[in-house]
Amino acid sequence: MASLKELRNRIASVQATQKITRAMQMVAASKLRRAQEAAEAARPYADRMGAVLSNLAAGITDAESAPKLLAGTGSEQRHLLIVATAERGLCGGFNSSIARLARQDAKKLISDGKKVEILCVGRKGHDVLKRYFSAELRAPITYQGLKNIGYDQAQEVAAQVLSDFDADGFDVCTLYYSRFENVISQIPTGLQIIPASFDAAEASDMGDTLQGAAYDYEPEENEILEALLPRNIAVQILRALLENAASEQGARMSAMDNATRNAGEMIDSLSITYNRSRQAQITKELIEIISGAEAL
Amino acid sequence: MADKLKLDLVSPERLVLSAEVDAVQVPGAEGDFGVLPKHAPFMAMLRAGTLTVENDGKTQDFELDGGFVDVTPEGVTVLAETVGD
Repeated sequence: MASLKELRNRIASVQATQKITRAMQMVAASKLRRAQEAAEAARPYADRMGAVLSNLAAGITDAESAPKLLAGTGSEQRHLLIVATAERGLCGGFNSSIARLARQDAKKLISDGKKVEILCVGRKGHDVLKRYFSAELRAPITYQGLKNIGYDQAQEVAAQVLSDFDADGFDVCTLYYSRFENVISQIPTGLQIIPASFDAAEASDMGDTLQGAAYDYEPEENEILEALLPRNIAVQILRALLENAASEQGARMSAMDNATRNAGEMIDSLSITYNRSRQAQITKELIEIISGAEAL
Repeated sequence: MADKLKLDLVSPERLVLSAEVDAVQVPGAEGDFGVLPKHAPFMAMLRAGTLTVENDGKTQDFELDGGFVDVTPEGVTVLAETVGD
């Protein structure tokens, strides 16, 4: 049995841990709100962009002249997986669930004989994946120490991806991130961004308003499409990064909530053990005194 | 009251302005143009320049750094790369 002093020390250390996890939970909660607002603020732009693009794309019938970003390179042999994760851990299954999804898909692609490359945005995903795919991994893009992810970062990632695409480095690009459903549920998602895939529902939604009247374009439809597609990549990446940021905080909040509760339970059970052994010791001492007195 | 047009000015990071206005002056890639209510459907690229919003005799300027604009009879949606006052 542990001595009283040992028990006291353990209780104190669990209490200190609990304080930390509780503080982290509260910090995550306030950051979550901000991240959620940022993710929501970015939505109108992305939605609008998606609607306009899908509409423009629907109008292009001639696949030959369509931009490669839309129509693809005509092959799907080489895949680039962009895996967006957090810079920090201690957020439950957040990083590992994104990495797991990416890993499964990568394995499947490799076993199908495709060539796979992985670009990690965020240190944690890179740490996990380098164990399995050291040959396929590219140097990660990390934003350590950066407070808020913004359009600049998304553009930076997009620029790297696009220049590689232009240099004919890959055929298909898929973006992995965690969609923010609500505080307790974040869904790891894979989204194909090159060649662009559009929601058919979005297109028809917008199509109704557009087909009624002849649209004028300045410059030509094709030129607009070509200018918008690369921009759309940046917007999609931005949306993924922002959703990821919100998901990360949500995951951390619930993980730390759990940890705080566990620490509380541990403190309770340790306190009971401590009190019991203290009582046992007192009783033992009394018995010793009394039996000593009786012996006289 | 005269007709108004609905203006949504959005940057990738946030919705900058959403308001009912009288007219908008837009820096189009192939020339500036103004948009009044009931404009024909129109889509254009933007160049870097100043977007001027007119409402009740007052004007408000926004510096844009390119983007594109989508005009429908009901309103205007400006998708700008960056927006400054």
